[in-house]
Amino acid sequence: MPLIHENKFVPDHWQRLADDQPVPADGKIIIPLQRLDEARQVRGSALGSIGIHLANIARIDDVIPLLPNLPLISIAFPAFSDGRGFSLAKRLRRLGFKGTLRAHGPLIADQYPHALACGFDEIDISESHALRHREAHWRAATGSISLGYQRGYVRSGTILDRRAASRRA
Amino acid sequence: MYHYDEFDRSFVQERVAEFRAQVARRLDGSLTEDEFKPLRLMNGLYLQLHAYMLRIAIPYGTLSSIQMRQLAMIGDRWDKGYGHFTTRQNIQFNWPKLADVPDMLQALADVDMHAIQTSGNCIRNVTADHFAGVAADEVEDPRPTAELMRQWSSLHPEFSFLPRKFKIAITGAQHDRAAIKAHDIGIRILRHPQSGETGYEISVGGGLGRTPMIGKTIRDFLPKADLLPYLEALMRVYNAEGRRDNKYKARVKILVHEIGIEPMRAAVEAEFTATNRDAVAPDSAEIGRIEQAFMPPAYERLPDESAFLARHSAANAEFAQWVAVNTFGHKQPGYSAVTVSLKPIGGAPGDATSDQMRALADAADAFSFSELRVTHHQNIVLPNVKKDDLFELWQRLAAHELATANIGLISDIIACPGMDYCSLATARSIPIAQAIAQRFASPERQRTIGELGIKISGCINACGHHHVGNIGILGLEKSGAESYQITLGGDATETAAIGERLGPGVGADDIPDTLERIVDIYLAERSPDERFIDTYRRVGIDRFRGAIHALDS
Repeated sequence: MPLIHENKFVPDHWQRLADDQPVPADGKIIIPLQRLDEARQVRGSALGSIGIHLANIARIDDVIPLLPNLPLISIAFPAFSDGRGFSLAKRLRRLGFKGTLRAHGPLIADQYPHALACGFDEIDISESHALRHREAHWRAATGSISLGYQRGYVRSGTILDRRAASRRA
Repeated sequence: MYHYDEFDRSFVQERVAEFRAQVARRLDGSLTEDEFKPLRLMNGLYLQLHAYMLRIAIPYGTLSSIQMRQLAMIGDRWDKGYGHFTTRQNIQFNWPKLADVPDMLQALADVDMHAIQTSGNCIRNVTADHFAGVAADEVEDPRPTAELMRQWSSLHPEFSFLPRKFKIAITGAQHDRAAIKAHDIGIRILRHPQSGETGYEISVGGGLGRTPMIGKTIRDFLPKADLLPYLEALMRVYNAEGRRDNKYKARVKILVHEIGIEPMRAAVEAEFTATNRDAVAPDSAEIGRIEQAFMPPAYERLPDESAFLARHSAANAEFAQWVAVNTFGHKQPGYSAVTVSLKPIGGAPGDATSDQMRALADAADAFSFSELRVTHHQNIVLPNVKKDDLFELWQRLAAHELATANIGLISDIIACPGMDYCSLATARSIPIAQAIAQRFASPERQRTIGELGIKISGCINACGHHHVGNIGILGLEKSGAESYQITLGGDATETAAIGERLGPGVGADDIPDTLERIVDIYLAERSPDERFIDTYRRVGIDRFRGAIHALDS
């Protein structure tokens, strides 16, 4: 699966377990929340190499206790037009999640700045999707609008803050 | 009015370049049509019945004479020499070619305009009272807040892929001319009863379409500084919880209806409490910067009465009538706000030729500090006209067929484009409006009938706002023929109400007669000084039932 991270297609070091695939004894894996108990039986209680995949309608209360120790959360985008994942990411970051936040699904390159601003680190798309949404498109998307208006999102500066800075200057 | 600074300007320029690249990626196959569709919609580009349609944002309906002239140029160069002003205070061009659209957007960007978010499942162009800043009954000018929201909603990183479109309207007056209760969010500026401080009353869940609902108050009083954090909280609840399984149940009105206003309020307040307000809200200097842009123009100090106006009114009955019907009370003595009707008898409501747009721009330069407004009734306002200048303005407007004296009267009809343009329509709207206006063409008769708003939609999506028309007309298709459902008692103001169905559908040809009978019943029943809506509310719908001669009877 191509992974877009810091404007580049990079190798994915995480393995997304299929539903019928048993939990391996080691290695970085991404599993749905409901398989966490099973994974802990195999691996013990540490979460160091376990990533959790969430539906975009996941109850946030279910993951709050895990947030300090989870290295990765993957959020499902069933369709690029379904923007729920953006709000879920925003809420997870607000709750203090410091690990890697990954969007999984057919996002289009134009949404990359949105995803980054809402707190995602990387986008996980399919091979066939990557044929049309090529690395150059993702890179170009991050530079297309240099400054946005909304404060409180993850990005280097906003129009409002720049205006405030020029007032102080 | 607000003028772009360097940041606004480069934002819009970059947006044009981005769209140009998106069009190129669509043409080379990198984007599928399904992927391109929301991107083009977020830039106002629809695929209509005959061609593409470009809908251009006129934020809160305010534009300069320079911008109006550019719209005229666009109409001449890339369309057929006219444009259509819409019920959302925007303008649409119905005949552009896809390949020309990036150049059209560039021409708009050159005069600080854009087509951003005039469509799509995002926060749409914010609308406001068209008399904002000049109305005598205003608590506070809503335009600075509208401009703040324009900026905040533009390319929002979290709220650009919502369950459905999202419309926000704001008024600063007690009398609601912005139909705020028919919007997803309605905002009214009011004074706190104890502190006297101004703030916002927020309503949510209004909307028309196939399930019309009147918005419900979710916050009685929101301090002004909290607006953006509160809106962010509300939008987040909607983005996360709004239904996505059925596009007809995806508006926030359905969410509010299904979970109830109390749980909705609790969810928004919880989200708002968790929000770091300081990280989201603009600083007070930014608010001040925007407010500064809406300072009143350099009014002359004048007596409120104009002898010149009185003399011409006495000598010219037609002019006097236009003044009585098309001018509105101004907060500045000696000035009027003038509504220019785009509803000539027999015309298409809201259409203006490029020549008319230039005439309006010239009139704004000569008489109204170069500023114009678009109303959601599809008319144009010159907000700051000296009473002394009204006669000369009227003569100039008359030379361009812009002096129809019918604002608020039975021929000032709102109509969607209908089957003549729209791919969703199930019936015609514009020809129905024309037939009604022709039937009630007599100015004396219109004055006798008085204030009466007719709104016509050509399908259940209700772009003509028929639900909130005093008389609403909804065009449907019934076994191959057009059938029009008539509702009475709708109201888009602070006494908002959804109209009630009068009876079975009537055929297109029978509408003028049916309306005539409705009007006759009203005139027979009304008490002195009662408007149609007042009489309707007093006597009830049953008194009007006899007006319908059913389609298949």
